[in-house]
Amino acid sequence: MIHFVLLISRQGKVRLTKWYSPYSQKERSKVIRELSGMILTRGPKLSNFVEWRGFKVVYKRYASLYFCMCINQEDNELEILEIIHHFVEILDRYFGSVCELDLIFNFHKAYYILDEILIAGELQESSKKTVARLVSAQDSLVDAAKEEANSISNIIAQATK
Amino acid sequence: MGSQGGFGQSKEFLDLVKSIGESRSKAEEDRIVLREIETLRRRITEPDIPKRKMKEYIIRLVYIEMLGHDASFGYIHAVKMTHDDSLLLKRTGYLAVTLFLNEDHDLIILIVNTIQKDLKSDNFLVVCAALNAVCKLINDETIPAVLQQVVELLYHPKEAVRKKAVMALHRFYQRSPSSVTHLVTNFRKKLCDNDPGVMGATLCPLFDLIMIDVNSHKDLVGSFVSILKQVAERRLPKSYDYHQTPAPFIQIKLLKILALLGSGDKQSSEQMYTIIGDIMRRSDTTSNIGNAILYECICCVSSIHPSPKLFGAAADAIAKLLKSDVHNLRYMGIDALGRLIRINPEVAEQHQLAVIDCLEDPDDTLKRKTFELLYKMTKSSNVEVIVDRMIEYMISINDNHYKTEIASRCVELAEQFAPSNRWFIQTMNKVFQHAGDLVNPKVAHNLMRLIAEGFGEDDDTADSQLRSSAVESYLRIMGEPKLPSTFLQVNCPTLVSYAWSSPSICMCGMLLCFCCIQVICWVLGEYGTADGKYSASYIGGKLCDVAEAHSSDDTVKAYAVTALMKVCSYEKAAGRKLDMLSECQSLIESLSASHSTDLQQRAYELKAIISLDGIAMENIMPLDASCEDIEIDKSLSFLNSYVQKSLEEGAKPYLTEHERSRTRNISNFRNHDHHDASTHSLRFEAYEVPKPVISARLPPTASLTELAAVREQSYQREVHRSPSVGSLSDKGSQELRLRLDGVQKKWGRPTYSSAASPSTSDSESHTVNGTGKGKSFEPSSRRQPEVEIPEEKQKLAASLFGGTTSKSEKKQSGGGIKGSKATRSTADQTRATTAVVHPPVDLLDFGEPSGAASGSSSTVDPFKQLEGLVDTNQYSNVSKDPDLLSLYSDAASTSGQNQNQETGNLSHGSGNRTTKGPNLKDALGKDALVRQMGVTPATQNPNLFKDLLG
Repeated sequence: MIHFVLLISRQGKVRLTKWYSPYSQKERSKVIRELSGMILTRGPKLSNFVEWRGFKVVYKRYASLYFCMCINQEDNELEILEIIHHFVEILDRYFGSVCELDLIFNFHKAYYILDEILIAGELQESSKKTVARLVSAQDSLVDAAKEEANSISNIIAQATK
Repeated sequence: MGSQGGFGQSKEFLDLVKSIGESRSKAEEDRIVLREIETLRRRITEPDIPKRKMKEYIIRLVYIEMLGHDASFGYIHAVKMTHDDSLLLKRTGYLAVTLFLNEDHDLIILIVNTIQKDLKSDNFLVVCAALNAVCKLINDETIPAVLQQVVELLYHPKEAVRKKAVMALHRFYQRSPSSVTHLVTNFRKKLCDNDPGVMGATLCPLFDLIMIDVNSHKDLVGSFVSILKQVAERRLPKSYDYHQTPAPFIQIKLLKILALLGSGDKQSSEQMYTIIGDIMRRSDTTSNIGNAILYECICCVSSIHPSPKLFGAAADAIAKLLKSDVHNLRYMGIDALGRLIRINPEVAEQHQLAVIDCLEDPDDTLKRKTFELLYKMTKSSNVEVIVDRMIEYMISINDNHYKTEIASRCVELAEQFAPSNRWFIQTMNKVFQHAGDLVNPKVAHNLMRLIAEGFGEDDDTADSQLRSSAVESYLRIMGEPKLPSTFLQVNCPTLVSYAWSSPSICMCGMLLCFCCIQVICWVLGEYGTADGKYSASYIGGKLCDVAEAHSSDDTVKAYAVTALMKVCSYEKAAGRKLDMLSECQSLIESLSASHSTDLQQRAYELKAIISLDGIAMENIMPLDASCEDIEIDKSLSFLNSYVQKSLEEGAKPYLTEHERSRTRNISNFRNHDHHDASTHSLRFEAYEVPKPVISARLPPTASLTELAAVREQSYQREVHRSPSVGSLSDKGSQELRLRLDGVQKKWGRPTYSSAASPSTSDSESHTVNGTGKGKSFEPSSRRQPEVEIPEEKQKLAASLFGGTTSKSEKKQSGGGIKGSKATRSTADQTRATTAVVHPPVDLLDFGEPSGAASGSSSTVDPFKQLEGLVDTNQYSNVSKDPDLLSLYSDAASTSGQNQNQETGNLSHGSGNRTTKGPNLKDALGKDALVRQMGVTPATQNPNLFKDLLG
């Protein structure tokens, strides 16, 4: 089971956090501090796994952004590494060659996408296409709602003219 | 899609994100966030906020919370937003509450109603959003409120909803297993869902269910095997492929389940052999995901009933992983090796050099994994090398969590496999010295006991040798010069900072823990003067040093005084004149005026005992009597005459505890309770009853040292542990834990060089076992690196694995003692060599040409298996639920053009990674847009603009 997902920039700034196990706000800050200290200082050629407090943290660096997931001792690290990549590929497809800025300004979108990939700490969907279809269905509904709102406001605007 | 703007955020919010992005310190960031919190706190409570504005506030709250600040003032607004009718707002509300609230938060009760309503919605997206929230927020109290609806959603027409409903039920199961146990059949049904996504999701709850109760799911083995077979044969839709591997995540989950089902079950395991072998053969070892599957296969092989063929394949796969340059793969290889040696420890031998490489690797993660492997393969022949290495590493790290773990492992291994008591004591001393605060105090008692008992009744000279070596080693530890300050800075910065305030710092700037001091005092007291090498006054002086160095700590002083008392009384009993050092005397004087009654009593006892004559002394403190059993007259018969006399004089007869308790009223309940607790933990009648009698009379059978020792312990517990831990119970459990018998057995055994011979001959028989394939290519491949391997490494390998390569080869040639076996093994070798000559020939398929067989069976089997599954369960909707295979093939045929599209997509995806042709323009455009927004990238974070996948 995945206990949490962290996205940290190379400067140690938090870009996204998702907690699947209960952690208090204080613990969360501590976890982030501890892990960024551990992970950001690791050399480039070392393994992508870190043992931490009896758990394992799998991380992968994309450009200046570190994607980290915390898992149980008995989980398969390579699989998690690929789940991270799976997530990044979906982000990439959604944003069109994703970069850190996309995630900074649209972190809520990233959350929606993550919610379609992981649920309750488990991988729920391994098909990129299905995820993309669901996310875009949500987006189109949002757009429709927006248009509707616009048209209503237009009507009001016209009516009050 | 544009990166920013267009999503309706205001300039204000973008400015916030930007300024936080540009802040140069954590303090500056905090300042900005605090200002933002103030703004939001003010604004969010204003009346009549437009909904779109509110949504943005909520997102800003999420952002603040993500940065680690408290946004709890806005939680209620997020909860309100979930009530909204518009999906756009509802979705934001749900996102925010799932991020804000833990499952035990009070506000959740306000959301349950909304969730119930939304689960009934016509719009499947609303249902999905609600289910996401269900997974995160519903706790065991609220499960009943939504359970029925979630179960109904298992049969929702939309697969996305079904999938999330399965996951929600899985979460319910994790929270409160009893609430969903009656729904287990639903999971079985969902295993045959039309949609592979739903089927894949169902594997998660099934895995948990099977983990708890294997036997009730044995009937599913066939279905899992057939699903795995279909997945591996690419019968799932193409969109489930990941880097050309068919649905790897589903494969891994299935392999995990099979590992559980096949564990210790020959019949089930035999059903899996073919498919696991197939998958291992097919796996693509150049990609990460291929190796992930391979690793899972190895885990599965090591868990199920062993198959020699699969074992060989697994050993080969491990060899490949260990030879890799990539750290990740070597790490997995070490882990897999650790699993495989449980079946056959000899498999590690062929990888000795790779293991040593990993041990010396700069990567800490890899190193720790390797230590874990070494821990698993420790035996009496290599324990010295392994534990030495572990201690060396333990000294070099300052991560307390891991230090504790590795220290306890060292202790465990030393207790289990120690080749000699001397080594055991030395090892323990090292562990105490460097991680004393982290080890279990029981270990100290074990050590003392070992020193006291020695290793046998008949070998007294060896015992005394052992003791004098212990005394010497402790004197050395005490006398060690101050450690260079750099050592302290480098190795224990955290320890040093608090060590000065804690009593555990010893006289020489050295960090010693209680256990260590306790052991030192005890050993010096008991045996300091035993061999006549050190005079009593010398030892006395040392003990005074200890007491002085810990002048603030009564416990340590108590240890020292008791030890001093022993030294003095032995001296006197031996008929020598006792000349106390002045410092000893002043110590005793100061202690007899101590505030601590315990110390005072000890000091007065010491004074009283010293004034006695030699013979009395010998009776009070018999030399080396610490492990003699104290004979206790439980009936206290020597008091009979006194009791009789008292009774005659009219005293009340004694009532037993049992009799008294009958007359007890409720006011005494607490007392009674206390007594109960003590009888629970205290099984030592020996100390309980006679205590006052002994202290009053000092019967010659009981040595005072024993008593003192007991009191010392109880005292220490009271000070440092919760009072609920009874000292005596502690001692009792210590006795349960003692493994010293093992140590004794090991004593006098030949060292590892001679012990190596059985292990090498074992390796021979291992070859006979038919798993020689790994070995067959091993000598040839190992030969070359051997040339460059430094002497030191080879030595290490030899000591770790019980024999160098050359040794084992020698043994092989000379191993003709077992006639038939040897010839068989050579036959095996020749067979293996032929296999090497024809690399394409499948190593797995010795004996049976399974190629065609597996092909035909694979086409027939799945249908039958799945039909069988459905039939046995007697589902009403059998006709509705066609089996997996046909559906997948249907999907495959109907979506012919779909597939084309997908492959197009796929190539686009991979194109994204390698050639960034058109995307460069994208990135440039983005850059321009960003500049428009006013973010200046050049100074802070040039990498910001690199695409993540670039």
